[in-house]
Amino acid sequence: MKYETIIGLEIHAQLLTESKMFCACSTKFGAKPNTNICPVCTGQPGVLPVMNQKAIELAIKTALALNCKIEKSSVFARKNYFYPDLPKDFQISQYELPLATLGHLDIVVEGKKKRIGITRVHLEEDAGKLVHKGAARIMGATESLVDYNRTGVPLMEIVSEPDLRSPAEAKAFMETLQHLLQFIGVCDAKMEEGSLRCDANISLRPAGEQKFGTKTEVKNMNSFKAVFKALKAEEKRHEEVLSEGGKINQETRFFDDITEQTIGMRSKEYAHDYRYFPEPDLVPIEPSADWLAKIKNTSGELPEAKRDRFLNEYKLPEADAEVLLATPALTAYFEECLKLYDHPKTIANWLMGDLTAYLKTNNLAIEQINLTPAQLVEMLQMIDKGTISGKLAKTILVEALKSGKTIKDIVAEQGLTQISDEGEIKNIIDEVIEKNPKQVGEFRSGKDAVVMFLVGQVMKLSKGRAKPDAVQKLLRQKLGQ
Amino acid sequence: MLNNLTAHEAHSLLASKKISSVELTEAVFAQIEKTENKLKAYVTLTKDEALKRAKAADNNGNFTGLAGIPIAIKDNMCTKGILTTCSSKILANYLPPYDATIVEKLAAAGAAPIGKTNLDEFAMGSSTENSGFHTTHNPWDLNTVPGGSSGGSAAAVASGECILALGSDTGGSIRQPASFCGVVGLKPTYGRVSRYGLVAFASSLDQIGPLAKDVTDSAWLMNVLAGYDPKDSTSVDIPVPDYRMALVNDVKKFRIGLISDLMGKGTDEAVKAAIKDAARKLESLGAIVEEVSLPTFEYAVPTYYLIAPAEASSNLARFDGVKFGHRSSDAPDLLTMYYNTRREGFGAEVKRRIMLGTYALSAGYYDAYYLKALKVRTLIKQDFEKAFKHFDVLISPTAPSPAFKIGEKAADPLSMYLSDIATIPVNLAGLPAISLPCGFSGGLPIGLQIIGEAFAEEKLLQVAYTYEQNTEWHKRRPTL
Repeated sequence: MKYETIIGLEIHAQLLTESKMFCACSTKFGAKPNTNICPVCTGQPGVLPVMNQKAIELAIKTALALNCKIEKSSVFARKNYFYPDLPKDFQISQYELPLATLGHLDIVVEGKKKRIGITRVHLEEDAGKLVHKGAARIMGATESLVDYNRTGVPLMEIVSEPDLRSPAEAKAFMETLQHLLQFIGVCDAKMEEGSLRCDANISLRPAGEQKFGTKTEVKNMNSFKAVFKALKAEEKRHEEVLSEGGKINQETRFFDDITEQTIGMRSKEYAHDYRYFPEPDLVPIEPSADWLAKIKNTSGELPEAKRDRFLNEYKLPEADAEVLLATPALTAYFEECLKLYDHPKTIANWLMGDLTAYLKTNNLAIEQINLTPAQLVEMLQMIDKGTISGKLAKTILVEALKSGKTIKDIVAEQGLTQISDEGEIKNIIDEVIEKNPKQVGEFRSGKDAVVMFLVGQVMKLSKGRAKPDAVQKLLRQKLGQ
Repeated sequence: MLNNLTAHEAHSLLASKKISSVELTEAVFAQIEKTENKLKAYVTLTKDEALKRAKAADNNGNFTGLAGIPIAIKDNMCTKGILTTCSSKILANYLPPYDATIVEKLAAAGAAPIGKTNLDEFAMGSSTENSGFHTTHNPWDLNTVPGGSSGGSAAAVASGECILALGSDTGGSIRQPASFCGVVGLKPTYGRVSRYGLVAFASSLDQIGPLAKDVTDSAWLMNVLAGYDPKDSTSVDIPVPDYRMALVNDVKKFRIGLISDLMGKGTDEAVKAAIKDAARKLESLGAIVEEVSLPTFEYAVPTYYLIAPAEASSNLARFDGVKFGHRSSDAPDLLTMYYNTRREGFGAEVKRRIMLGTYALSAGYYDAYYLKALKVRTLIKQDFEKAFKHFDVLISPTAPSPAFKIGEKAADPLSMYLSDIATIPVNLAGLPAISLPCGFSGGLPIGLQIIGEAFAEEKLLQVAYTYEQNTEWHKRRPTL
């Protein structure tokens, strides 16, 4: 029997805020355990949460980019369960009334565009981190320690509709979403570092069937590759069970990176009753029209619109647009250059060619280089004016990237300006004629092509600073042609 | 005796340098020395800290407001580095790393905190019998309860073991003990006073307020307590008036509604008589008094006992032995640690309410209990709104009876719950209300409750002040 795969994703994204969701503690990663903590995020008796406006703003920004409806009034709720990484023994989250609903994200799989529904976007706080001694989990451990630094870090939950039909689509969705989140600057979205996490619900049904099959929830997928592999493995498992006439248990399964298989964790039947109820210590989020408009204005152009503009307005080839949109930083660099220098294709060539090559060789990101868009443009303008040659510019660029010196300084220091003084070139030409009597003779006897050899010699002596066409002209004059 | 002064009387003497704050504070501690073994109003005394503050106030010499006034703090408000127990074994060793906003405000005002007063564990109760440590006794009759949960604060004020005190009121916990102990207790509008640092019982109902020897002192303390706090999202950012300006001896043309629903068969005859006398007194002073019925009142107690325990079940989850407070030594694994810690740490009433609340929020019961309770809460609010279209303030007994005997209701939670029948609706509606003495029965005080619209504390104070200025009840003090 042929089966259709149904996948829905539940994504958690850490928001790029300076401070935590409900207190002023730093969200900085990697600090010593229990140093970014205060009475509020450690759940001391008597404390109260205060909403982080920036986190709300970033979540709204995301929801708008995902074409969601921002709810007029959304409410925080308490999700009650006991665990040592949760100081209050409840998590402040959103339940019945989330921040935003009913959006969509377009993905491209095998060249085809597909629209995936977004059920909801909501805000919540992260839990702390447990470290165990004597066992991998708290059960059986001889000692367990807890680090509350991460407790209260703002998390945004994005839930997709069960619109994905294959592991490849799920992976594409995650990649597209990552790109979007990075692009609008709300999350650094690194799955490997945990700033972007994802759980998947997957079920299979006979092709043509309307009713969904029994789903399982897959957890612990820490990369795009893992998302794909985990869902492939789980898809296969479902298919095997179903085609043998078996039944899928509704359960949570853990993806093992090493065996590349999923392992059952606990049955949903034993799932907690979280006893959600509205958080009485907070007031509803009711974004004003003004605020929403302001957030919209700061959101800028989304990747899709930019792509259209690159293709249609700048007439860039599709491949160029693809590369320039690969990371927000590169896109921003390109657009910064473009503001100063109205030749999109030239900029694109330099960025995709020499600059990208340098970054790759040195394993750098564009954010890490000193060369500003203004300096790159300055160099391009020097080429246009004939101050330096295009060939020399390649060397200068690498030098600038390596040393961190400005283009102007490098050109000045090394005397790399093209020689525009005819007298100086003539002197060099004289020298070359004197040193190469054989080639001069050949030329004079009619071997015209030899002129290029002589031009080459002049260029060499001038350290590339002479203009080749000017040299050739002067050479021919000198040799009496 | 200096310790029997009101805050405003003491202030005059301090300001004119007739007494010093140290003398005043020492007088309070002398009284504590004398009577505390009978009353047991306090959990922790902070004599050194109080004298240090008193000295500072004397050295400063600039006595404004509550500067140099010894004040008692209910032991469910966090005081940095000073035990804050909520009268619970689970917090018997808890030293908060921070001060509650109102504790900061008192410090800024120059008041001298003399100690932390006893309460029903986590403010759950109406008699202080639920304290995890000891029961406080009523200074008017040591065999009776002082009321609760702010029983320690009320008893301390009534007996001169402090000049002023702070209480918290979730369903009547300031007003009912004020009534039982013959002092003035004010529960402000929800959102008027910051809750930051008040250990939460039921977050949507809790409010901090003054317990004082007279209405004037209540106004003085309100001036310090009231105001928006960015640390409390439910506090309201509207201007704070000078409450002392509301102390005007005039109720002419005031429309006063006497809540008939609280004058029926559940209320003692002596209490009814005292309230009727008070109504007549107000009438004689020029007010217009009429009876009014708020029919949803009969649902207030059951509604409260769904909402408050539901919130409490979640608020009290953090007492789990992981981070602070008691941790069971019998804890072979995590789950047993949770079970044993909470079993050993919480008293019976707290456990009862955690179970009630957990049940009310459980899947399958949420709609029938918690959600329905929220709807009834809205109806109760609407009942009040309707009444306030016709009346400036409403009056009623604060409690259906004077103080009851210690042990009398301890085994019967339902009859204990009903002692808050007059005060609970006010919390559900988030309104301000004051209780002040209006008579005695068998040597025990009776309290008159005056209820106002949201943020109309000034009206309450004016009516209460006028009544007080024209009666003598507040001048009586218990002999110990």
